[in-house]
Amino acid sequence: MSGAAAAGRPSGAPVLEVDDLAVRFTRRGEADTSAVDGVSFAVSPGETIGLVGESGCGKSVTSLAVMGLLPRRNVQVSGSVRLDGRELIGADDATLRGLRGADMAMVFQDPLSSLNPTVPIGTQVTEVLLEHRDMTKKEAADEAARLLDRVGIPDPLRRLKEYPHQLSGGMRQRALIAMALSCSPRLLIADEPTTALDVTIQAQILELLRELVVDTGTALVMITHDLGVVAGLCDRVHVMYAGKIIETADRHELFARPRQPYTGGLLASVPRLDSPRGAPLTPIRGSARDTISWAEGCAFAPRCDNAQDDCLTEVAGSTVELVPDGPGRQLRCRHPLEHPPAAAGATASGAAR
Amino acid sequence: MTAVGDVRRRRIDELAARAGQVPEGEGGVSLTRSAFRRLRRNPVAIIGAVIVVVFLVVAALAPWLAPRDPLAQSLLSEIRPGFIPGSQEGYPLGVDNLGRDLLSRLIWGSRQSLLIGVVSTVLGVAVGMVLGVLAGAFGGWVDTVVMRFVDIMLSIPGLLMAISISVLLGQNQYALMIAIAVTQVPIFARLLRGSMLVQRGSDYAVAAQALGVKRGRIVFGHVLPNSLSPVIVQGTLSLATAIIEAAALSFLGLGDPDLARPEWGAMLANAQSFLSIRPELAIYPALCIIVVALGFTLLGESLREALDPKFRR
Repeated sequence: MSGAAAAGRPSGAPVLEVDDLAVRFTRRGEADTSAVDGVSFAVSPGETIGLVGESGCGKSVTSLAVMGLLPRRNVQVSGSVRLDGRELIGADDATLRGLRGADMAMVFQDPLSSLNPTVPIGTQVTEVLLEHRDMTKKEAADEAARLLDRVGIPDPLRRLKEYPHQLSGGMRQRALIAMALSCSPRLLIADEPTTALDVTIQAQILELLRELVVDTGTALVMITHDLGVVAGLCDRVHVMYAGKIIETADRHELFARPRQPYTGGLLASVPRLDSPRGAPLTPIRGSARDTISWAEGCAFAPRCDNAQDDCLTEVAGSTVELVPDGPGRQLRCRHPLEHPPAAAGATASGAAR
Repeated sequence: MTAVGDVRRRRIDELAARAGQVPEGEGGVSLTRSAFRRLRRNPVAIIGAVIVVVFLVVAALAPWLAPRDPLAQSLLSEIRPGFIPGSQEGYPLGVDNLGRDLLSRLIWGSRQSLLIGVVSTVLGVAVGMVLGVLAGAFGGWVDTVVMRFVDIMLSIPGLLMAISISVLLGQNQYALMIAIAVTQVPIFARLLRGSMLVQRGSDYAVAAQALGVKRGRIVFGHVLPNSLSPVIVQGTLSLATAIIEAAALSFLGLGDPDLARPEWGAMLANAQSFLSIRPELAIYPALCIIVVALGFTLLGESLREALDPKFRR
């Protein structure tokens, strides 16, 4: 699929190609836990993709695996992760360290705990510059001020001297983004960058990220459970459930015509401005723990309204595969939501249910 | 009307002028500085600090403060079996069984007791930190080896260990310091390793890793500075223990054999033969030990509060 996703884009070869990535956590005396299984996607320069799903579906593990930040002990990573064609799975620590921060960078969820509380912001920003770019301390300090200014932190010279607890939440996240962008990485992974922020700040941070992608041509992987973030930012969306991608589509396609009942459920459980006042939200039944293994059948089947007997491997004789589903779409479902050809967008999820 | 308006306008101008300025302290207020600020507002900390400072000053100025030579014997004619003269003109706390001025001996004794306490604690902290950093930074088998070694040290009772070491090294004040230091080492090693392990898994350590910062830089630039506060607190508290332990070892006769240096523990040991006739000979040095230990403990406890992240901001 990686080839297909990149083929239609004029921007050329994808920055990141993830192919059949699997992460298993092993523990002595216990069955392995499969956190991510058979995940494939690609991101081109200037493109933003979203990895969407609820807690525990493997979004964050996927991102850590791409960055090579998973611990080595008790973790098995297989498949392929290529950054500009260079294989990262199995690369040694020194190589990965050289790439991290320089060619690929990450913005984490909680901006307060992601900054060292005992070190001034400036030291933390210049640290990255000194590590990856041939700069003197003076040049690094100037560059750090320029970076803070670029991410919209006023009075950067003063802020550089301050400690994380003196900055507001939004400013901390901006500082982290400045650090991530300090070496103009080809790939930026943002792991729920707005979750810890309030709504107005969220919007500012998203706007900032969008500007940066447009300006620098960085490939952005947005990891989120917030469909609002997806709608505002992502070109393509991969919906994950229980460690596997279950639906892939362009943003507009996905919101207009969700095919996987899980995606439909996610959309239906978000309040809409155009729904009548007082109309109840439709949550997805159960919780992420009510799942069966993919080997047994569709992991979402126990919570799915469309589930039928052949969702189980036992009945169908095979597991549910991720198959092409129209132009640019992929789907892992035997009984997808159907949409009437006309006026499908208006009542996207409601009609299907 | 205009007057009021003027005042208001001036006030606004003032505020506007001030808003443009960088607030006092220029730029960042480091956590150390804000912890110090909190410390100054805590009466317990002030009491502890005053006690500690008073004793430090007394120790430093002993030659000038002591009314008499701590070794000179006087009033010998009045000392008889069963009688030691108490407080009198020129001898505010009386003399000991050899006719030496008790107050002067207490003042000079503070030098020795504090010196042993500070040197042994510094030594213990230094070695303990090296072991702790080794274990906390490398993990894996280094961690296992270092920590099992520390466990073995911890499994021997502190005083027993100190006694064995000072017997082994011979009777001098350096042996005493080393003996006390050795009992402190495992505490600091464990403490630092534990807090480093916590910090190593923290978000900012992972974030630094995600930005390609080298491991050594992460350990010394990020993890270690954040792991130090429990060590600082424990160090202050350990000073109290060290002084008490030094006194205990002296009391047991393992202290400094050089009688030219009065020391509280040794004074206490000496006084036990005369408890029935002059209990003050034991009470005063004991009080000194207790008060100094209390001072360091109060300071340590309030330092813990000031450095605790829960009290931040």
